[in-house]
Amino acid sequence: MSKLSSQLICLLGLVLSGCSDQALNNPYPESWANASILYTSFAERPKHLDPAVSYSANEYALIGQIYEPPYQYHYLKRPYTLVPLTAVHMPQLQYLDAQGGELAGDAAVEQIAFTDYVIDIQQGMHYQPHPALARGSDGDFLYHRLMEEQLEDISRLADFTRTGTREVLAEDYVYQIKRLADPRNHSPIAELMKEHIVGLADLAEQLGRQQNADLRKIAIAGVTAQGRYRYRIRVKGKYPQFQYWLAMPFFAPMPWEADVFYAQKGLQEKNISLDWYPLGSGPYMLTENNPNRRMMLVRNPNFHAEYYPTEGEPEDRQRGLLDDAGRRLPFIDKVVYVLEKETIPYWNKFLQGYYDASGIASDSFDQAIQFTGEGGVQLTPAMREKGIRLQTAVTSSIFYMGFNMLDPVVGGASERARKLRQAIAIAVDYEEYISIFMNGRGVAAQGLLPPGIYGSVEGKEGINPYVYNWQNGRMQRKAIAEAKKLLAAAGYPEGIDPATGEALILYLDTTATGPDGRANLNWYRKQFAKLGIQLVIRSTDYNRFQQKMRSGNAQIFTWGWNADYPDPENLFFLLYGPNAKVAHGGENAVNYQNAQFDRLFEKMRNMDNGPERWRIIQQMQEIVRHDAPWLFGFHPKSFSLHHSWYGNLKPNLMANNSLKYSKIDVRQRNARRAQWNQPVFWPLLVLLALFVLALVPAINAYRRRSRETIV
Amino acid sequence: MIQYIIRRLLYAVPLLIGVNVLTFVLFFIVNSPDDMARMQLGQKYVTEQAVQNWKRQRGYDLPLLWNAQERGSERMTETIFFQKSVGLFLFDFGISDSGRNIGADIKQRMWPSLALALPSLLVGLLVNISAALLMVLFRNSYLEVGGIVLCVILMSVSSLFYIIGGQFLIGKLLKLVPISGYDDGLNAIKFLILPVLISVVSGIGSGARWYRALFLEEVEQDYVRTARAKGLSEIRSLFSHVLGNAMIPILTGVVVILPLLFMGSLILESFFSIPGLGSYTIDAINRQDFAIVRAMVFLGSVLYILGLLLTDISYTLVDPRVRLS
Repeated sequence: MSKLSSQLICLLGLVLSGCSDQALNNPYPESWANASILYTSFAERPKHLDPAVSYSANEYALIGQIYEPPYQYHYLKRPYTLVPLTAVHMPQLQYLDAQGGELAGDAAVEQIAFTDYVIDIQQGMHYQPHPALARGSDGDFLYHRLMEEQLEDISRLADFTRTGTREVLAEDYVYQIKRLADPRNHSPIAELMKEHIVGLADLAEQLGRQQNADLRKIAIAGVTAQGRYRYRIRVKGKYPQFQYWLAMPFFAPMPWEADVFYAQKGLQEKNISLDWYPLGSGPYMLTENNPNRRMMLVRNPNFHAEYYPTEGEPEDRQRGLLDDAGRRLPFIDKVVYVLEKETIPYWNKFLQGYYDASGIASDSFDQAIQFTGEGGVQLTPAMREKGIRLQTAVTSSIFYMGFNMLDPVVGGASERARKLRQAIAIAVDYEEYISIFMNGRGVAAQGLLPPGIYGSVEGKEGINPYVYNWQNGRMQRKAIAEAKKLLAAAGYPEGIDPATGEALILYLDTTATGPDGRANLNWYRKQFAKLGIQLVIRSTDYNRFQQKMRSGNAQIFTWGWNADYPDPENLFFLLYGPNAKVAHGGENAVNYQNAQFDRLFEKMRNMDNGPERWRIIQQMQEIVRHDAPWLFGFHPKSFSLHHSWYGNLKPNLMANNSLKYSKIDVRQRNARRAQWNQPVFWPLLVLLALFVLALVPAINAYRRRSRETIV
Repeated sequence: MIQYIIRRLLYAVPLLIGVNVLTFVLFFIVNSPDDMARMQLGQKYVTEQAVQNWKRQRGYDLPLLWNAQERGSERMTETIFFQKSVGLFLFDFGISDSGRNIGADIKQRMWPSLALALPSLLVGLLVNISAALLMVLFRNSYLEVGGIVLCVILMSVSSLFYIIGGQFLIGKLLKLVPISGYDDGLNAIKFLILPVLISVVSGIGSGARWYRALFLEEVEQDYVRTARAKGLSEIRSLFSHVLGNAMIPILTGVVVILPLLFMGSLILESFFSIPGLGSYTIDAINRQDFAIVRAMVFLGSVLYILGLLLTDISYTLVDPRVRLS
């Protein structure tokens, strides 16, 4: 019996694994076993894959590999450096005065009314194979006028039997910039770009009046194609940060054929749209898009020649990051993104070798990471035994506590309010916060600028002197007694509000809820209680929270910002007066106003990096540290794990197209998977035996009862 | 019976309108069209102009329920409620606020949900009824006591524990099936074994005890005693007589949930990465996608009404005494 059962189980196992020697728990088809495939996951389906609309990290993880803007960040060099991607060289800048006259390269900022960015793109680049570009023998597009009977057999893009391609042209870049202005697309940067690109606002207005306008037929004053491979963008004034925008998918080329093809009603009804099926010229193309289950990128056969960088940081060669220097990209044939909503199965599949990389959720942190005596981190022995590697990097984000500067108690430029804010800044111990709530994955912020952004200073010179002292070669948070002195000077001795004779009451608006949120908020209460201040929490949903921010009804709040590009302008503008949220609907959520800061910001944003700009940045840091409109919280630190077979990895927090540099050692992966995933059958046999044993007394009892009944 | 069915279907119309109004009011008490626009447009650089554009494009710039600026019937028709609700009654769910065709999404996602729910229901029924019959067969013995204790233990364990424990034991330690995932066609089987098993095991406690209670009531009936007196074995009397007569309450429980099987299971699908409808509504609520929320609530109501109707009809099939009029 036992032998038969064992054979049956083995047979069942073979059936389950498709009668192969593949591991029973392998979630992937056997045919993929020897292919160069990267397996990764997504927890939430992307909202948009249209490059005019998409603007979040999970969306960029996909479209960054498909669409190619003219510029990109060098993969290995630090600080982050822009290099041409589809462009031949960095943009040629031409400054113009108000009359359109050309100015010299060193012209004063006040003189510059416009800047022309002239971009030459590479010749011979082609789009991925796509039905929108398919033509018949007569040269007509095959699928631009689909009939109902043609649509009957179509449920996804892959159902179209014919595809085509064409060369990437300068006019495609122009076309995409027009798409940014099209109200139908709801591009998140439309309003911002209208302020910068000449003619974009007029175009948007015109498109608002004309329904279903053909963008090819409408000109835009500031953006023109100058031949097949050159185009020019005219921006208002001097706007050096514009080059960073040119490295984002918003400015990738889009063939007009895509819009014509996807605009067909029958396709929209089947969820076949540009928002779900991109059409790009990058190293990969999206061949399967089921956002409820799996998305798949496959190597684009038409991808132009691009090569692995030949230079990087000095230690890159030692780390093997230059071993593939000069080799043609990409190295991986296919990337499979699997929907994994829960962290536990994701983590377990990573440990089984079915995902090549993983983040570290809080419930698996202790299993993966241990702290060394010096406060550093390392992998646990179990992880090291599996050959897993750890990568950490401080992100270009900041999470802060903001004081509404319009509030009569904590806001304003008065000495009293400033001292109150400074006292709170000392009392709220963010080092402790990082340790308790983030497993040490963060760095206490000393100002607005995260490490790695131009103007950020490490060490003694870089600390916030209003909150920290430099002692014994390291920064030390000031004693709570100093905070109490500031509080007394602010008119609240021991936290007592003279108006009421009781503890000063302050209000924190937050969207945090649930058990984790409660612990977090209790911690904030305790920090304020160190000063004798009573912190009242006003939890609300995100809608109401935003409403309060827009109307200026919050007093203290926590929020964050992730830099779009590695320039201090993209962080300092969060405190620029004309960006105040209540007055102007901008991103200055604390409504901070400081004339000197604003003047310096206006000067700094138009400058090229250099000693003068550096000096101004330090001045600006000093002003905001002194005024303390923010309590600079922390910069999160990303921790990621990857298996030993996943190579060429270097954290690059600005680049969103780094998959093309990655490589996979398939043989090593297969060997490890086989080693780690041997099925265990004996507990099933034990279970079966126990079941059989349990049946014996049951049968006996039944027979006995039957006999009793007969008697 | 036809008349009865038509009458029930007509009753459903005001019910569905009521559900639709309720969903609409509840949703818009919590979210305004401005909130929805901001949620869809993201968090950076969202201007008032962009919000207004989004609302105009999506038809959320109209008044909610009553348009005082229009005349005649347009006061009702030129409203968000009317514009977004009429299509539902024709089963045209429209486009979600994030731009996807809801009908196509539902069609695509209901099959994986069904692939999980149907075997779970059938195997679960089989196991629960068998376990209940066994307990009744061995009633007043230590086997019955043991069975009841086991059922109470099984009932007391959280379903989340079954899922995580099952994935840990069978997927991670024994490595017999994939921990999570899904595939098309027959390839889906290896992904469904574990969730179906967990679904069945977690339901045994309550299911077996419920059916046991039904069967115990029946075995004390005179016709069972008569059957035994005629010399029928205990097993035969249970299967031939008791089971058949206990079908009405079983059907009540089963048929009513049949249409709802399409709606999926939130936790199971989430943990096993099954691309079903289980999380569709919850995700939509989190994303403030009213179009999906109203469509799913409407569909749920229709299916529930259909389930109740099917239950009534099934009574007539198992009990000749029942007549629908």
